[in-house]
Amino acid sequence: MVTSVTNLGRTGAFDWLMQRVSAVVLGVYTLFLAGYLLASPDLDYAQWAGLFDQMWMRIFSLLALISLGLHAWVGLWTITTDYIKPTALRFLIQAVCGLIMFVYLVWGVEILWGL
Amino acid sequence: MLVSLYRYNPETDNVPYMQDLEVTLPEGKDLMVLDVLHMLKEDDPSVAFRRSCREGVCGSDGMNINGKNALACVTPVSEVAPKGKLVVRPLPGLPVIRDLVVDMSIFYRQYERIQPYLINDNPEPAIERLQSPEDREKLDGLYECILCACCSTACPSFWWNPDKFVGPAGLLQAYRFLADSRDTATADRLDNLDDPFSVFRCRGIMNCVSVCPKGLNPTRAIGHIRTMLMQRTT
Repeated sequence: MVTSVTNLGRTGAFDWLMQRVSAVVLGVYTLFLAGYLLASPDLDYAQWAGLFDQMWMRIFSLLALISLGLHAWVGLWTITTDYIKPTALRFLIQAVCGLIMFVYLVWGVEILWGL
Repeated sequence: MLVSLYRYNPETDNVPYMQDLEVTLPEGKDLMVLDVLHMLKEDDPSVAFRRSCREGVCGSDGMNINGKNALACVTPVSEVAPKGKLVVRPLPGLPVIRDLVVDMSIFYRQYERIQPYLINDNPEPAIERLQSPEDREKLDGLYECILCACCSTACPSFWWNPDKFVGPAGLLQAYRFLADSRDTATADRLDNLDDPFSVFRCRGIMNCVSVCPKGLNPTRAIGHIRTMLMQRTT
């Protein structure tokens, strides 16, 4: 058993599952947005704003945003533990990644709810 | 034939270097790479490599031949060096002791960690622990590993984290005991593997499958372990 405190969950199985679940959410969200844009050739601001005014779209977008954070954390955590061996530097880069994801999340909430 | 051989003697060399050597191969015979190394050693007895059974059973002569890990004794020269140049290096990712001889301590430590022996707490039966032919069949493709380290030293995940990731060879053996109907320590074995490194550092690169001289499939065994870990926690 190798101990680690910087990965997402406490077990490898949790991280593995979260990465895949978040990938499915991101995939569905991407396909939906691409499909919506293709199906609306005369898209204007009012229609676009109308889409994001709906509660289900806000929830869907927030879910995608949280998934992006989880997915990026698992992926970047793996990359940093593979390639960056000095502990202090690795922790610093992981902390910067975590901060960026947190900022994106809060910023995304503000945009979605127009706070 | 031209042979480019990795040379390093820590007592006399500051850094390793590649030495170009010319060997005359006998006509009408397809030699194994190990035979060529023996011919080189006859000319220069300081050439160092491990070998024992010379027929792909002992796993001593794993090395990197023209860029791919293989057992020198069962690798025909015509197959790996059709253009007439043979490049022989030690297994990648392990410390070199001398020439083609590597220090395999970390590889064996990972093997030791997975407890490669039957654990059974039940009282011993009068004669032996029986196993049905169906249960025995589940060990096919697992027990044949000869621990030559060709797979683990071809695995980038093992290169970056050889102290934390068990590696394909160790995980193939871990599953060999997880799959054994006579073993009762399944839960403990899985506890020992359920961290983000030991099993889950495998990214499915499958170099292990492409180099295994025994034709085994560690990636599939790792997939089975992952399924067992998921099944008990979700």
